[in-house]
Amino acid sequence: MSLPENLKKFRQKFFGNSVSAFGWTSLILLILLAIAPAKNFFSDWLRYQRGYERLISRRSDAVTLRRHFESGIQQIWLPELGVVDRCTTCHSAMKEATLADVSLQPYRPHPPIPHKLEEFGCVLCHRGQGTATSVEDAHKSTLAWEEPILPAKYLESSCGQCHQRDLQGTPQLNLGRKMLRAYGCVHCHTIKQPDGSVITATDDPPSLTHIADKTSREWVFAWLKDPQAYSTTATMPNFKLSDDDARDISAFLISSSTPASLKLVQSSLDTAKKIKDDATLQTKASSLYGESFCASCHAVQNAAGNLVGGNIGPELTKVGSKVRPEWLQAWVRNPHDYDPATGMPHYRFNDEQVGELTGFLLAKSDADLLANLHLDAATPEQIAHGKRLVNDYGCASCHEINGVKRPENFAPELTKIGSKPVNQLAFAPGVDHNLYSYIGAKIKQPRAFGASLKMPQYTFTPSQVDALTSALLSHNERALTIPAAKTVPALPPSHYEPAGKAGQLIADLNCFSCHAINGRGGDMAPDLTWEGSSVQRDWLLQFFRDPNTLRPALIRRMPKFNLTDAEIATLTDYILTVYQSPKVDRDSMPLTGYPPGQVELGKQLYYSKYGCQSCHIIDTKQDKGYIGPTLTHVGSRLTAAWVYNWMKDPAALRPGTQEPKRNMSDDDARALTAFLMSQRGNEKQEAKR
Amino acid sequence: MTRILLIALLPAIVLSACSGHSTAASPEPAAYGAAIVESSGGKQITEVGTPLPQPVVVQVNDDQGAAVTGALVQLTGPNGIYLDPASGLTDPSGQFTSNISLGVTPGRYQIVATTKTKSGKNVDLKLEEIALGYQEVLGSQLNDQYCARCHNQESSPERVSNYDNLEVKPHPFTEGDTLNKMTDADLTAIISHGGPALNKSPLMAPYGYTLSKSEIQSLIAYIRMVSDPPYGAPGIVYAQK
Ligand code: HEC
Repeated sequence: MSLPENLKKFRQKFFGNSVSAFGWTSLILLILLAIAPAKNFFSDWLRYQRGYERLISRRSDAVTLRRHFESGIQQIWLPELGVVDRCTTCHSAMKEATLADVSLQPYRPHPPIPHKLEEFGCVLCHRGQGTATSVEDAHKSTLAWEEPILPAKYLESSCGQCHQRDLQGTPQLNLGRKMLRAYGCVHCHTIKQPDGSVITATDDPPSLTHIADKTSREWVFAWLKDPQAYSTTATMPNFKLSDDDARDISAFLISSSTPASLKLVQSSLDTAKKIKDDATLQTKASSLYGESFCASCHAVQNAAGNLVGGNIGPELTKVGSKVRPEWLQAWVRNPHDYDPATGMPHYRFNDEQVGELTGFLLAKSDADLLANLHLDAATPEQIAHGKRLVNDYGCASCHEINGVKRPENFAPELTKIGSKPVNQLAFAPGVDHNLYSYIGAKIKQPRAFGASLKMPQYTFTPSQVDALTSALLSHNERALTIPAAKTVPALPPSHYEPAGKAGQLIADLNCFSCHAINGRGGDMAPDLTWEGSSVQRDWLLQFFRDPNTLRPALIRRMPKFNLTDAEIATLTDYILTVYQSPKVDRDSMPLTGYPPGQVELGKQLYYSKYGCQSCHIIDTKQDKGYIGPTLTHVGSRLTAAWVYNWMKDPAALRPGTQEPKRNMSDDDARALTAFLMSQRGNEKQEAKR
Repeated sequence: MTRILLIALLPAIVLSACSGHSTAASPEPAAYGAAIVESSGGKQITEVGTPLPQPVVVQVNDDQGAAVTGALVQLTGPNGIYLDPASGLTDPSGQFTSNISLGVTPGRYQIVATTKTKSGKNVDLKLEEIALGYQEVLGSQLNDQYCARCHNQESSPERVSNYDNLEVKPHPFTEGDTLNKMTDADLTAIISHGGPALNKSPLMAPYGYTLSKSEIQSLIAYIRMVSDPPYGAPGIVYAQK
């Protein structure tokens, strides 16, 4: 039977005469009318609201809970933020702290957070469909333009939509953001912040313009094949190059290299060669390596296989297999000759010391690294092919290379990656079809998405992948449209440059690699922005001559730079005059001459009322405190005005300091200052030195 | 007519067939043990929804206490927990290892590891893991910054503990036997106003002028969450099935 015939029969049967037609039509209408209330009656949300009423009726504070409860569809509408959330229709107990013991969803109250629900709604942080009123529609995404609920492990990404600055409560997001800079993701991928500024990298990939002076083609080949085989901490990712491709890229890089003007001192080189192969001389040289505090920045693997040392400079475990002796002696003498932008300080080593350190480092080699590696002389075709590959892989996004321009926007921009619609993503097999799984998989194993893709392979741990995913999810459409008044913008980067002769010295010594001043610089060593208000001139002069650690439990990191007296005076004068806090007038209180009674009162306060000995040492025989600096000589180190202001409010002088504010009276603060300023160590001994 | 019906129904049939979860079948045990014990991985702390820092490793032993290879271990846990894998056979050293992520609810998660004995009886091992919510994460960060050097005995070259240097010994925040007896008001008082507020030593300094009220609340939430034995008063949630 065909369809029209069927229809005709159907019409005749039910709508043949007007009475039966009317009857049937009315019935159909009635049923249709009943659908809406029935749907309502059987809807998820009504069921949950009835469940909630049953739940609270059994509680001791049922009356209060029932008074708070509002039935029917609930909605949070925040036009400014584009939020229309009906989640509280089912999640009825969001603000009922007394239901904290309830574990049944959707009736759990929201865990405490610093924001009010009615000011931000739900989807701003949790994603999902705010307007939906069924469980399925709200939480899962069935259509390409919809967003599923964000798994808890990426929740911190939502904080990052408004908070462009690090927050103490979001360690994962902070880590992810730091990694985007430190692993150089932003060399290739542009990421704009909501204020329009572009995120900049904090790693410092070396220039390759003089690479042939520094290392061999064989080493370049081995490095290209597997950077982590040379150093487990290398941040350069693995591009999974074939042997032929690595051969051709190394051929091009070496052939494009131009000579640097390096100073070669033959005597240093001779010393280095002697020391390199002599175990006893090695031991002597190792003490210079130690005294110079190279380990503050560079790590070396010890016999047990653990890395010991800092991570500001590259790992040196196998450096002898990498660099040319001629290059190394020049680098140790003055790294700025080879790379004017390096973060390594210019130690003023003499030629003998340069030789010692060079020999010591050359002995740190790995015979297996380049064993059995032989590369035939490069052909012009190989070099040309190598150059093409360098362009294809965007090597110049990170490295300066002769004859290759830095590509603009080499990889896709990621400013809105956190809201990219799922239908615009090409998924690798086995990856769940949602944005966060896509981002995670892409970071973890980029080439799984296609063997011809150029994104390299990193060696991240699962929690690092999650941190990066969170950081990327925070870069989304919503973050760009939230009204500026509701956001906490990023701190603008500081381009502070100290002036004059001292400025040149600070650049030459690369103080900023470890110390921050006026918002610029590293965080390994103390911030020096207000150092001029805190220390005494004689102490600072002596410290530059022979730096020492102030804290018993702290590994000393400040190197001795072998500065001349004139250089030390220049730096000291500059610090004392320029780096002054507006809150502390260094000359407002005398360094000595406090009445003995006041000193004695200060001593009592120190040991009994304030219990300072829990963190500090003044009497080396009885005090043991290990957290704060040792105070045995504090009276000849700090200014009285600084000590007094520190007593009043430590965090005002050094934000984030561990020392708590005590709300001290002026008298107590003065007495403690008097006591501390009387701690001048053994002055007779000092005088003899 | 039937053809139309079939065409209309087909997608529904296909969909329903697809939506059925394919649960990986547990392997057949090759051996049976008598007891199951923890090797490592209990009592770890992580953020909600994130993997535990270390995998959970349990060991199946026979009645002589020797490791049993090929015994079946099954893990179960509260809603939202992710067990990778949830079951498997013990390896040659008698161990079964699983990477575990905790759910979205802050609280304690009980994981039960089960193995069957020869007679078909189940033997259980209960493990507890802790998931920190926003407030407790903030508390743990503040603890790291301000408190841990005195209250935690663990010492490393980068961060030497001050615990041994203190004349009066503070309690590690996991020490529930002591800390659970203190009310929230007690904790707020000693953290804000220092030891003397509770007639204790001034070596415990006041933090009320350094930390905000909500930061102190976060610290207390953290202390309550990590305490062992657990702090049972309202405010702490046991993530249940
Ligand atoms: C300088 C070391 C030190 C630091 C830093 C410190 N405490 Fe204490 N704390 C103590 C000492 C010592 C006691 C024991 C006092 C007593 O029993 O008389 C104590 C006691 C306590 C107590 C009472 C329970 C107990 O352990 O006896 C709490 C709670 C407490 N501290 C919390 C904190 C918090 C929170 C911080 C960080 C904001 C902190 N403490 C930082 C030394 C310290």
